[in-house]
Amino acid sequence: MSTLTIDKAAPTRKVKYGSMSRDRAWALKWSYFFLTLFAIFSLVPPLYMMITSLKTSAEISAATNPWWVFHPTLSNYVELLTSNQFLTFFRNSALVSIFVVTITMLISVPAAFALARMRFWGSATLATGVFLTYLIPETLLFLPLFKMFVVFSEFTGIQLINKWYVLLIVYPTLTVPFCTWIMIGYFASIPKELDEAAIIDGASWFQTLTRIFIPVAFPGIIAATIFAFTVSWAQFLYPLVFTTSIDQLVLPVGIITSLIKGDVFNWGQIMTGALLGAAPPLIIYAFLMDYYIAGLTAGATKG
Amino acid sequence: MADVTLRKVVKRYDEVEAVRGIDLDIADHEFVVLVGPSGCGKSTTLRMIAGLEDISDGDIMIGGDVINDVPPKDRDIAMVFQNYALYPHMTVAENMSFGLRLKRYPKAEIKSRVDEAARMLDIVELVDRKPKQLSGGQRQRVAMGRAIVRNPKVFLFDEPLSNLDAKLRVQMRIEIKKVHQKVRTTTVYVTHDQVEAMTLADRVVVMNHGRIEQIGTPNELYHKPATKFVASFIGSPAMNFIPCRLEDLAGKLHVRLTDRIVFPLPPARAARYQGVPRTDKLLLGLRPEHITEAKQHSEPGVETFDTVLDVTEPMGMETLIYFTMEGTQVCGRVNPNAGAHDGGPLRLAVDLNNMHLLNEVTGAVL
Amino acid sequence: MVDVAIERNAAAPRTARKRASLRTALKRKSTAAFLMTLPLILLISLLVIYPAFYSLHLATLNKSMQRFVGLGNFQFLFKRETFWLVVEQSCIFAITAVIFKALIGFIVAHFVHNVPAKGQRKWRGMLLVPWVIPPAMSTLAWLWLFDPSYSAFNYLLAGFGVDRIPWTGEAGWARFSVILVNIWFGAPFFMIMYLAALKSVPEQLYEAAAIDGANWWQRIWYVTLPMMRNIIAITTLFSLIVTFANFDIVRILTAGGPLDHTHIFATWAFRIGIEGSDIPLGASVSLFMFPILAIAAIFILRDINKRGNEA
Repeated sequence: MSTLTIDKAAPTRKVKYGSMSRDRAWALKWSYFFLTLFAIFSLVPPLYMMITSLKTSAEISAATNPWWVFHPTLSNYVELLTSNQFLTFFRNSALVSIFVVTITMLISVPAAFALARMRFWGSATLATGVFLTYLIPETLLFLPLFKMFVVFSEFTGIQLINKWYVLLIVYPTLTVPFCTWIMIGYFASIPKELDEAAIIDGASWFQTLTRIFIPVAFPGIIAATIFAFTVSWAQFLYPLVFTTSIDQLVLPVGIITSLIKGDVFNWGQIMTGALLGAAPPLIIYAFLMDYYIAGLTAGATKG
Repeated sequence: MADVTLRKVVKRYDEVEAVRGIDLDIADHEFVVLVGPSGCGKSTTLRMIAGLEDISDGDIMIGGDVINDVPPKDRDIAMVFQNYALYPHMTVAENMSFGLRLKRYPKAEIKSRVDEAARMLDIVELVDRKPKQLSGGQRQRVAMGRAIVRNPKVFLFDEPLSNLDAKLRVQMRIEIKKVHQKVRTTTVYVTHDQVEAMTLADRVVVMNHGRIEQIGTPNELYHKPATKFVASFIGSPAMNFIPCRLEDLAGKLHVRLTDRIVFPLPPARAARYQGVPRTDKLLLGLRPEHITEAKQHSEPGVETFDTVLDVTEPMGMETLIYFTMEGTQVCGRVNPNAGAHDGGPLRLAVDLNNMHLLNEVTGAVL
Repeated sequence: MVDVAIERNAAAPRTARKRASLRTALKRKSTAAFLMTLPLILLISLLVIYPAFYSLHLATLNKSMQRFVGLGNFQFLFKRETFWLVVEQSCIFAITAVIFKALIGFIVAHFVHNVPAKGQRKWRGMLLVPWVIPPAMSTLAWLWLFDPSYSAFNYLLAGFGVDRIPWTGEAGWARFSVILVNIWFGAPFFMIMYLAALKSVPEQLYEAAAIDGANWWQRIWYVTLPMMRNIIAITTLFSLIVTFANFDIVRILTAGGPLDHTHIFATWAFRIGIEGSDIPLGASVSLFMFPILAIAAIFILRDINKRGNEA
C-alpha cells in the first residue's frame, strides 16, 4: 500500500507510469477486500464451532446474540475429554488412522517404485489403472462391500461387520491408489542416473529403494502420509455402514450418533466434539502446510 | 587394474541396432576415449561395459574374464555420470563412501580412503556438505572421488564435463588427466567433444552409426584419418573438403579445383595418387592451417591463388577467413597482419604436402 | 578399422547359453517388480474391481437376494417419483456446485496471486481451512448455523429486517443450503489447484502480452486461461466425480429431506440399502453414478495419454 504515497510525489512527466502504479494499488486494494470477504466465508463455520463450544447449554437456549460468548466456559471440553465414550471414539479413530497410514505406505511405496522404475509387462497399464481406481467413489462400493463381508462371515465365521478393524480393510481402497499415484510421480522425477550410480555402487533393488529413493523422495512420502491420514480420519460413510456398536465407532460417526439423542441436540457438546475431531488434521495442516498442498496438487500436476 | 576387451559387441533395441559389432582392446592403465556424434552408440557401449545395459551379442571381458552376465556391482568398475548423479540426501563423504559401506568395509579403512581421495581432488573442506551446496565443478570432483575411493579395475566416464561451462571444462579436463596419472586406473571415457577426446586420450576411438570408424592416438587421427567422417570430426575448425579431379597436364599429375585453379601435386603425393582413375569425383581435404596467406618466397608443394573473402573472424593470434570455391565454403587461417578483411581480396597459399584426397562417393581417404 | 578381424568363431557356441541366462536375469527382475506390486493388485482387484462387478450382480436380485429379477429393480425405480427427484437433484447439485466452486476458486486464486508474495502464504493458509476440516465435522457446524430456531444467520439477517429463512426446512432452501455447503467445502481445492497453475505460467508471457498492448482482461483470456486449460479441465472433471458421489454433506445436513427433495444417489442408496435393508435396490441406485464416472474417466484417461506422449 505504500506505493500510493510514493507515486503522489512522483514527477508529472511520468504520468503514464504513475497511473499504472495507481491501477496496481487499486487492484491490490480490491484483492485484499475480496480476500477478506472470502476468508470470513471460509472461517465462519470453524469459528462458530469454537464460539458455541465455549457456551453453556443455558446460554445457547437463552437465544442471546449467537455470535458472542457472554459466559465463556470450558465445561464442554472437560466433559468430553473425561467421557470414556468420547475417548473411545478418539482412540478408535487414532488406531484406525495410524494403521491405515502404515498399511498404505507399505503397499504403495514398493508398488510405486516398481511401477516407476522396474518396467515389466503391463506396468504402464497398471499405473493408469491405479489412477482410475482412485476415481471410483466409496459411495459406489459400500453396498457390495457390506454384502461381501456378510457372506465372508457366513463362510468363515469371522465377524468383520461392526468391528473397528474392518475399517483397516476398506480404508486402504481410498488411500492406496492416490498415494501410489503421487509416489510414482515423485519417484519418476528422480534422475535415472541416481539408481544407476547406486547399482554400480553395489546396491540391490531393495537397497536402492530404502537408501536412495525413500530418502530422496521424502517430501513425497510425507505428503502421501498426510493424505492417507486425513482421508482415514475424515471418512464418514464406511464407518457409518460397517460399525454400529458405540465402542466400535470412530469420531465422526461417534459424535453424530452419540451426541444427537433423538431430537435433543446438545449443541455445545456437538460443536466441541466436532472441533476436537477437526483438530488433528488442522494441526497437521498448520505445521506441514507445504507438504499438505504438495500432496493435494501432486495428483493433477505430476500425472 | 585390468585390461578391457570387447568382441563383436552388439546392442539391439527391438528393431534398431544401436551398436553393430564393436571390437576393442584396451590395455591396462590405458586412457581410451570413445568419441562421436550423439546417437553413435558410444554411451551404449560404455553402459554395456558398466553392466547397465544387457549385451545383445558378443562378449565383454575385464581382466580376461567374460563379464556378460556379471551384475554391475561385481564387475569392479566405477562410473562418473554426466549429471554427476550424486545422492542429494548424503554429504560428500557419505556419497563417496556409499559403495564401501554397502560392501561393509571397516570404518577406519573407509575414512582413510575418503580422506585420501578428498585430498587428491582438493575437496577436503567440502566433505561435510550436501551436493546442493556445491558448484558444478565441485560436484564433478565429488563424483570422481566416489569413483576413486572404490579403487576399481576400470573407470567409466559418461560425458562428465558436458554440464560445465567452457572455462571450467578446460580446468576439469586437466584435473582428470592429473588424477589418471596418479591412480593409473584403466579408463574408458565417453564424450562428443573432439577437443576433450584429443587432449585426454592415450587412444581415441571414433564411432559413428554404431560402428568404430577408427582407433588411434590423437595425432594419428589428426594427421592420418582413415575416413571422411574421422577427417571432418577431428579438428576445429573442421577440415575443408573441396570437390576436385585429378588431371595429367604436361606429364605431371595435377589436381583441378575450378576451371581456373589447377595445382601440380608434390612428387610424393603424385606417386601416391598415380593409380586413382582420373574420372573419379574426388574431394581435396585441407585443414584450415594449410590454407594461409601467400608468402614472398615460394616453397615446394605450396601453391598460391587469388580469392575474394566472404567473412573474416579475428581470433587474436590468428584470423580465420572464409571464402567460397565452387559453391563450397572454405576456411583458412591467416596471420592477423595479412591484411584480410570482409569482402576483400587476398592471395592465399595452400600446402599440398599436407593434403588428403578422398573419394567423394565412398568417403574413403586415398 | 584397425582391430576388427579377430577370431570370428569364438562367440558362436556360447550364444545360446548367454541368451538363456540373460532371460532368467530379466525374469528375476520382473518377478521382483511383480511381487512388489502384488499387494496393490490384490487390494484393487479384491476390494475395488470385484465389488464394482458384484454390485452389478446384486442389482439383479430381489430384496432377500435369493431370486434373480433381471432388470426388475430398474423397472421398479423408473416407476417411482422419488427416483426421478433424486436424478434431478443429483444433477442440479453436482453441476451447480462444480460451476460455482470452479468460478470462486478461479477468482480467489487470482486475488491471492495478486497480493505480494510474502502475504500469499497466510491467505492461502486461511482459505484452505474448509478443505482440511473433515466434512462430517464442518457440516455439523453448518447444521447448527442453519438451525430452525437458533440459526445464527437468521439472527444476523433479522438485524437487516429479513424474515427467518427455513434453511433446511423448505425444499428450495434446503437444496440451496446443501449446494452452499458443498461450495464452501470444495472451492478451496480449486483455488489451490489454480494457484499452482498460475504460478507455473512464465512471467515473461504476461510481459510480452503487456508489451503487445493486452489489457487486464485480454491477458486472462489469451494467456492465463489457455495456459491453465489442462488443470482446469482435470480439476473440474475430478470435482464432478467427487461431487456427484457426495454423501457426508447431504446426509448430515438434511438426510435427504424435506420429503426426499435433497436426496442424491449416494444418500438415497444408503437410505434404501442400509436403512431399508434392500441391498439390491440400493445397489441399483448407486449404479446410476457409473455413467458419469465412465465419461469423466475417459476424458481424464485421454489427458493422461496425451501427457504421456508429450513426455
